[in-house]
Amino acid sequence: MEFDLLINAIIAGLMLGGFYAAVTAGISISFGMLDIVNIAHPGFIILGSYIAYIVNAHFGVDPIVIAIVALPAFYALGSLIYQVYYQSFEKHGQDSLRGLAFFFGLLFVTEVSLNLIFGVDYRSVDVPYIGGSVSIGAMEFPVRMLVPCLVSLAMFGGLQLFMSRTFIGRAVMAVSQDPPALQLMAVDPIRIKRIAFSISIATASMAGAFLIIIQPVIPSAGREYIGRVFAICVLGGLGSLPGTLIAALMIGVIESITSTFYGPSWSPAVSFGLLLLTLAVRPSGLFGR
Amino acid sequence: MRTPAFILILTVVAAALYVAFDMVGSDYLFFAGYTVLQYIVLATAWNILGGYCGYVNFGSAGFFAIGVYTTVFFYAVGQRIDEIVPEFLVAPMQLIFPLPLPVLIVTAGAVAGFVGLGMGYLTLRLRGVFFAIATLAFTVVLETFIVNWSFVGGSRGAYIIVPNEVPVFGHLIQFLFALMLVLVIVALTTSRLIERSKLGVGFATIRDDELAAEASGVPTLRLKLVATVVSGALMGMAGAPFPYYIGYVEPGSAFNLSYAVNSIAMPMIGGTTSWVGPLVGALLLGTLQQVATVTISSAVNLLIVGLLLIFFVIIAPRGIVGLIQDRWRGRSKS
Repeated sequence: MEFDLLINAIIAGLMLGGFYAAVTAGISISFGMLDIVNIAHPGFIILGSYIAYIVNAHFGVDPIVIAIVALPAFYALGSLIYQVYYQSFEKHGQDSLRGLAFFFGLLFVTEVSLNLIFGVDYRSVDVPYIGGSVSIGAMEFPVRMLVPCLVSLAMFGGLQLFMSRTFIGRAVMAVSQDPPALQLMAVDPIRIKRIAFSISIATASMAGAFLIIIQPVIPSAGREYIGRVFAICVLGGLGSLPGTLIAALMIGVIESITSTFYGPSWSPAVSFGLLLLTLAVRPSGLFGR
Repeated sequence: MRTPAFILILTVVAAALYVAFDMVGSDYLFFAGYTVLQYIVLATAWNILGGYCGYVNFGSAGFFAIGVYTTVFFYAVGQRIDEIVPEFLVAPMQLIFPLPLPVLIVTAGAVAGFVGLGMGYLTLRLRGVFFAIATLAFTVVLETFIVNWSFVGGSRGAYIIVPNEVPVFGHLIQFLFALMLVLVIVALTTSRLIERSKLGVGFATIRDDELAAEASGVPTLRLKLVATVVSGALMGMAGAPFPYYIGYVEPGSAFNLSYAVNSIAMPMIGGTTSWVGPLVGALLLGTLQQVATVTISSAVNLLIVGLLLIFFVIIAPRGIVGLIQDRWRGRSKS
């Protein structure tokens, strides 16, 4: 039944894409809107996964609940990192090379620290719904994919509402375009950027919980998300949340089809290949201005 | 100092180092020294693009792995000549194979340089940040291909059966060490030559203000391509002897992230503006890591590298060389 296989691959891809959207949301804000190349973001996602893992292993709480409780902590971490980044790099004008190296170092330190604490074994969480699945006709919806996807879409909707409806959200959009104009409106661009960056790190907490529900996690798992996340972000047109969502769903479907029909070992190359292609042909993204 | 004199001094130092190691007579010293030398080449190569032009390359591990897998590929060809080529070619091919290591190194350099050209052509017209991300993506694409390519071992890896003894040098590791010394001389000389030539000035204009450079008629794209090719080729050359060094290659070890981190951290810590920086950084950090691996653990030494990278990037943006220069200047003023 080639057709059933295709349908199920597409459904799995859409759910995967929903999850990718959550993973990319943070980068879309920090890289797309604030121009901060936070390549350490996947590292923070893995950190979120491990926090969910520890609490779940001790108290059996649902990872998504843990992630929501951990949001303030991640927000604070984001503020701290932005403060360091601003004081050391941004304040002195454009020095993206050092900023990049800084985040690369952060990524590496996070990964190695997790390695030292937890070892290189795969870790997973124990939740009642992980084995189940909902089927409609020939279509299968594994719950472990469905739950992260739905919560992720809800989070994405919330972020989009926040960005387009609230004053701070609009100020974030503005700061990416014209900081001096924002200052004329008596808004401190640095404060706005700090808030936005903290939000972007906070999304990593949620994404981390989703990740560990979907699959077991090892400290180095963050690396394979770097390219994927940036691929989605660039493909979606930098800084556009709706564009990011569409691109995430697209990449999810393409990867899922590739792994169904050609084997999972090829799927990492798909998104990276797409990224290289996008950068070469249309760097402003599919939905870019 | 003229370049021939510079090469002469390097050669004398290299020869002295080799003789000193040989007199100690410990194979471990050669093994550890090889790794440090390999990092000097990688760091110097990274610095040609990263330090001189200001384009961050996260794909050092990818270029290194191209070198590694060039060797593995030709080794595999040598093993199965009679299966691959038509019959009348078998005899002449058997005369050539197995290819000597120096030939492999040059070939690896050519392949890596060519790949660098292709990648640079695709991405160097973009802002520097995109180039950095693209290099990261490139490494993963390459690794996926290698994992799926069973001829060079795929994900299972490949064994290289190496001779234990080499004429003239004795132990294989001594031969490899000597080869790496030559590569270090090549890398440092190239780097210094570039730094002092018109090319180096062109690179510096790109680093400082690419738009202004472009407007003043500097052929920025062409210069960046030159830097990518030279840098990539040197990294590939550093990787070519690796299978002989380690005996068994799998994608995880060839594409190890620690190559990417180290080749960024070393120049950043040493100082990115001159050829001395990567050398100092690689010597310090490389030796430190060898010591830490023996005395503490290999995971801790990676943590040290990461923390040092963050520390230096924040506190001493111009690296150790920059700190020393500041101190000298401070003294001459007071």
